[in-house]
Amino acid sequence: MATDKKPVQPLLTGDRTIPPEGAKMITIYIMGRQYRVPETLTVMKAVEYAGYQYVRGCGCRGGICGACATYYRFVGDYRLRAGLACQTVVGPEMIIAQLPFFPANRPDYDLDGMKGDLHAELRSLYPEVFKCIGCGTCTRTCPMDIDVMDYIALMKRGDLKGAAKKSFDCVMCGLCASRCPAQISQFTAAMFVRRLVGKYVLPRAEHLKKRVEEVVSGRYAKMLKGLMDMKPEDVKRLYVEREREPDMAEPGAWTPKDREHL
Amino acid sequence: MSGYTEELKGLIGKVESTRPARVEKAKRGEHFPSLTIKEREEWLRRYHPDYKSEGRARVGVGPNRGGVFPEEVARLLESRSMLDPDGINLGTSDYATDVLVIGAGGAGTAAALAVAASGLDVLVSTKLRHGDSNTVMAEGGMQAADQECDSPYFHYLDVIGGGHFTNSPPLVSALTNDAPLIIHWLEEMGMMFDKLPDGRMKVRHGGGTSRKRMHSAGDMTGAEIMRVLRDEARNRADRIKVLEFSPAVELLTDKSGAVCGAVLYNLETKEYYVVKAKAVVMATGGFGRLHIQGFPTTNHYGATADGVVMAYRAGVELQDMDSTQYHPTGAIYPEQNVGLLITEKVRGLGAQILNSEGTEFCFALEPRDVESACIIRECVDAGHGVVTPTARVGVWLDSPMIDMLHGTGTVRKELPAKYIQFKRYNIDISKEPMLVYPTLHYQNGGVRIDEFGGTSLKGFFAAGEVTGGVHGKNRLMGNSLLDVLVFGRRAGIAASECAKGLSETPAPTLEHVKKFHGELKKAGIKDPVKGPMLLPAYAPDHVKKRQWG
Repeated sequence: MATDKKPVQPLLTGDRTIPPEGAKMITIYIMGRQYRVPETLTVMKAVEYAGYQYVRGCGCRGGICGACATYYRFVGDYRLRAGLACQTVVGPEMIIAQLPFFPANRPDYDLDGMKGDLHAELRSLYPEVFKCIGCGTCTRTCPMDIDVMDYIALMKRGDLKGAAKKSFDCVMCGLCASRCPAQISQFTAAMFVRRLVGKYVLPRAEHLKKRVEEVVSGRYAKMLKGLMDMKPEDVKRLYVEREREPDMAEPGAWTPKDREHL
Repeated sequence: MSGYTEELKGLIGKVESTRPARVEKAKRGEHFPSLTIKEREEWLRRYHPDYKSEGRARVGVGPNRGGVFPEEVARLLESRSMLDPDGINLGTSDYATDVLVIGAGGAGTAAALAVAASGLDVLVSTKLRHGDSNTVMAEGGMQAADQECDSPYFHYLDVIGGGHFTNSPPLVSALTNDAPLIIHWLEEMGMMFDKLPDGRMKVRHGGGTSRKRMHSAGDMTGAEIMRVLRDEARNRADRIKVLEFSPAVELLTDKSGAVCGAVLYNLETKEYYVVKAKAVVMATGGFGRLHIQGFPTTNHYGATADGVVMAYRAGVELQDMDSTQYHPTGAIYPEQNVGLLITEKVRGLGAQILNSEGTEFCFALEPRDVESACIIRECVDAGHGVVTPTARVGVWLDSPMIDMLHGTGTVRKELPAKYIQFKRYNIDISKEPMLVYPTLHYQNGGVRIDEFGGTSLKGFFAAGEVTGGVHGKNRLMGNSLLDVLVFGRRAGIAASECAKGLSETPAPTLEHVKKFHGELKKAGIKDPVKGPMLLPAYAPDHVKKRQWG
């Protein structure tokens, strides 16, 4: 540990891992082939440390894009485990296989044309959802800790809003679908349900509707033109003098002094 | 059990020993003195990576010849094509389309939807999967002036002031004017915005905003936007065709220099495809994965500046490409979280920045660029950085203060995603501080465009992080998601109009590449690298040395 006062030049190596001297090395098996890598790395960084350059199976590297669905086991342990390669830490004797792609059922649909019985729309588009056998493998497999089986149950029951909320953290990695004995593509059905709910169930923003009309009428184009034509020092003055909406004000409650430019 | 090593735990002891007094001071409303304007300027000049003379290079060719850029950028601007321009058969095309969109993140997908809506066919080329982009990673939200106390007028002032008045005014005008239209468009497509029970948008302040106009969808706003856009694009498969793992590697130009297609490269079969198009939209995103000056990055795997390189070679001028946004607080520990963005909200809630002695050395809420400079100074110059087991250096971000200031449970409630991301590695950020260092976050500059996404080349449009001018030299939080959608749509519409004006697709050539190769030779640039880069290489040196090909 550097606790002395000597200047320290940070080791800036981008995303490449440079293990310190004496780092503990462990054995892992990438698609069955043995490699030695430093401990504490994620699966993704361990695979790169071994010398692979990703084409598939790598996206945001931050746990949100769902590109790096991974299955793994430990030697001598029967349990099959799942995770995201960018979020899962390697362990000794880990056997790793990433899913480069998984085929999902995703029928096309016309969202604007769905105004009647939303539950019936779900039934016609994703009949297999109603064949869930309740085994719970999806829930146990989800790397985002979503109770997948439960949102499928909510869908079956017609609680689409509940299903939309419950599935909201989904990164669409496809691990649930890859293990489903009822052959459901849970994550695409959930995407459909969330959009249905977003469009037809959640209340619309009335203030937005009004503002859109004002924008379309050209009201702001004129004001903005005025700002663009203004001398830079005048824009700077307006910037410095602008009022700030109080932090604690409820949305829609506060009114500024300058109402001419609303 | 803690995820910190014994050595680091020892240093955390120093943080804990100074904490009670610091919390008491914070409760009294006292904070570390802010730097004066003069000090800010000096700190930036001496410590901000943008102001360093090392790590910069003058570009010897192309429209910005003589300009000084980060070395990593300059090297790619002076790169040679992956293709032998004489070795490609342009006589026949593998794909012919009305509009080609290069890149399938937020901007590219918005553009593709706009083209489809205008009744034309669009081919989308993307290096990774549809949606793999920085868009998907944006957490905080998106600005739009749709509340009664707000208007595009005030949004404009915030954007241009935040950019230190270096932005291009017509682009700021377009951005702020269209913002409510974009929110409405997304609402119509079924995006699940955070709303109050009566449907009113839940809006918050962001750094530098005069009104609360930050719209969100949990702490995964960008991911929600991207999956909705992608889903809708899939519904429009009659018009929109997406080629994944097939990045563009070169534009095609006609004899007048107008852009009329691109050469794509299938990353898996290593085969090239010739695409003829009446108009092209470039939407390849930013450059975080170039790791300017070795910095880690918050960007996705594909952020390698490909679009800038291709456009530059075809003769399009760049603006503000020397300007990079470093976010002051990127995680440096544990190794798995390196580069992970620690949102500004942590400091907004009262967490202080401390050195290895557990001592405060700067105000935690300086502007982003200034805060970054302060942290770099403390580590590099003062030698008060904390060194991790993987030899990274950083400072403490004292998150346990948050619960002490606002009540137990605040961290878990206000920062759920961050809490989980550290908890996974046995670090409870409501009880232990985080280690942070500035991280490469955003490409401020890029291809020069007009307010319709048009460039200096006929038939060529661009949108999103690949462009410059919208944010000037400094971008405010919540305006990049807006940028990709406003200009993605505008570029899609403009490209459609351009395509409708052409009765047939012009004959494509690679003349601009031959000319550029000639310029490289004339400028005496020896052994230029091949560009665009396409994929970063993270193999360690001992492996690289033994790799063939």
